[in-house]
Amino acid sequence: MRYTKVVTLEEAIRKSGLRDGMTVSFHHHFRGGDKVVNLVVAKLAEMGFKDLHLAASSLSDVHAPLIEHIRNGVITKISTSGLRGELANEISHGLLKEPVVFRSHGGRGSAIASGELHIDVAFLGASSCDELGNASGCPRSENAKSICGSLGYALPDARYADHVVILTDDLVPYPNVPKSISACDVESVVVVDSVGDSSKISSGAIRDSKNPRDILLAKQAAKVIINSGYFKDGFSIQTGTGGASLAAVKYIRESMLEQGIKASFALGGITAHMVKLHQEGLIGRLVDVQSFDKVAAESIATDQMHQEVSAVEYASADHVGSAVHALDIVILSALEVDVNFNVNVLVGSDGIIRGAIGGHPDTAEDSALSIIVCPLLRGRIPCVVPKVTTLITPGKGVDVVVTEYGIAVNPTRPEIAARLEAAGLKVVDIHDLAAKARSIIGEPDELPFGDRVVGIVMDRHGKVLDEIHNIVD
Amino acid sequence: MEIKNAVAGTLESGDILIQIAPGDGLQVELQSSVAAQFGRQIKAVITETLSGLGIDNAYVKATDKGALDCTIRARVTAAAVRATGKDVWKD
Repeated sequence: MRYTKVVTLEEAIRKSGLRDGMTVSFHHHFRGGDKVVNLVVAKLAEMGFKDLHLAASSLSDVHAPLIEHIRNGVITKISTSGLRGELANEISHGLLKEPVVFRSHGGRGSAIASGELHIDVAFLGASSCDELGNASGCPRSENAKSICGSLGYALPDARYADHVVILTDDLVPYPNVPKSISACDVESVVVVDSVGDSSKISSGAIRDSKNPRDILLAKQAAKVIINSGYFKDGFSIQTGTGGASLAAVKYIRESMLEQGIKASFALGGITAHMVKLHQEGLIGRLVDVQSFDKVAAESIATDQMHQEVSAVEYASADHVGSAVHALDIVILSALEVDVNFNVNVLVGSDGIIRGAIGGHPDTAEDSALSIIVCPLLRGRIPCVVPKVTTLITPGKGVDVVVTEYGIAVNPTRPEIAARLEAAGLKVVDIHDLAAKARSIIGEPDELPFGDRVVGIVMDRHGKVLDEIHNIVD
Repeated sequence: MEIKNAVAGTLESGDILIQIAPGDGLQVELQSSVAAQFGRQIKAVITETLSGLGIDNAYVKATDKGALDCTIRARVTAAAVRATGKDVWKD
């Protein structure tokens, strides 16, 4: 009989040599539909493991069951790009004794590659896998159930972890090619009912907005790009999550067609909008670390010019060959921007963790032009503030802030301000935006932060950037 | 001034639901998505608006979804008009 790595989850865990206190890792390509983290951690709890370090590329609302495993001492440390929902709320109130370590996607890739974040056992969900461990996020049979496209955030784990377990809900005949993860990096393959719900990938931060304010912001952002001096044939672009930044692509498309301008590549989380422009011949290559919707996941499965990259290849600061170094324009969203252009995308204005760092600081720092799109207010919550609640992306990497009350340009980029003014756009001082917000909402009371550190924000170069304190009700 | 039970506003984001009932003195119970930063201000706007309308005895339950002060004043005034039958915009 041919050699096979297919075992049960329990056998895979025993075989891995996992012990109390070790680090286990996961990817978040299924986003809100992920089933792997909860399944594996429940099994680890059942097998009696304690004191584990959970190092995920990100965590979201669906991971609320981790709360019980933290209370029971199964998980005592977490590293992630983000936290949302009830788990984030509990951690903000002090659930974990050790602070959560937050890294950007590029920062996590670098930390894994350098050994600073050492992974003992990686548990990686895959849409298809053969019995030797060649794994992919693409469908390879009519039984394919859970499609996620790129496995970019799982690739550093697969390469550098001491032991790699692939979980799949579609075991296909050898060879499962083209592969994302090589069988040579994989020790065990576990077949499960479902690794994730693909329909929930475009949940959480990603939404296609019909909100008129988002559309206004998207149009303004498109005008900024078109008049920035960077909108020329062969330019490259990335859009972050958030309704306005995703919608901006639609308006840039119109100008690309009018002016006969084509982009060389689009980077990062790839969406249906980007795939459409690529198929129309307006974007040459799609460089995909994470497929943000079904259309992107289907495109990467069939289109050679739509390429997967690892988190390291995407955004590592340590690797000068990483793609962000070649990026011209990035459009990003924000929870808060302050008068020094610092950005917070992680902690809400109520002091509770409710987001993810993602590639925000990686792309802002290395791109030629970074544009933050956010409304002046969300309800009574100001988005332009005197000082961000938590520092995630330092202002030196942020060039333009687009709000519905005007566009602020970082004083370090006077040439961009001049181009936007010449194009008739309303350029304002960011201090005036912060003052305008205050004039509408009044002076907020101080947040009731406690003395405990519940989160540490690492910058993409591996240094501590900020601390998040517990919130007291 | 005699007060009946009355309601104004919605639970939409950016709005506030004001429920007024008879009470002894002005009592405001507030639930707000922005309570930590703005709870004090929101309560002050509610009591000032009621006092300005001559209402000194009422129990107010306010469920806030991030409303601005102008919205809060409008909802409190509308609830007060319904509670007292005295139309401040007409009378």
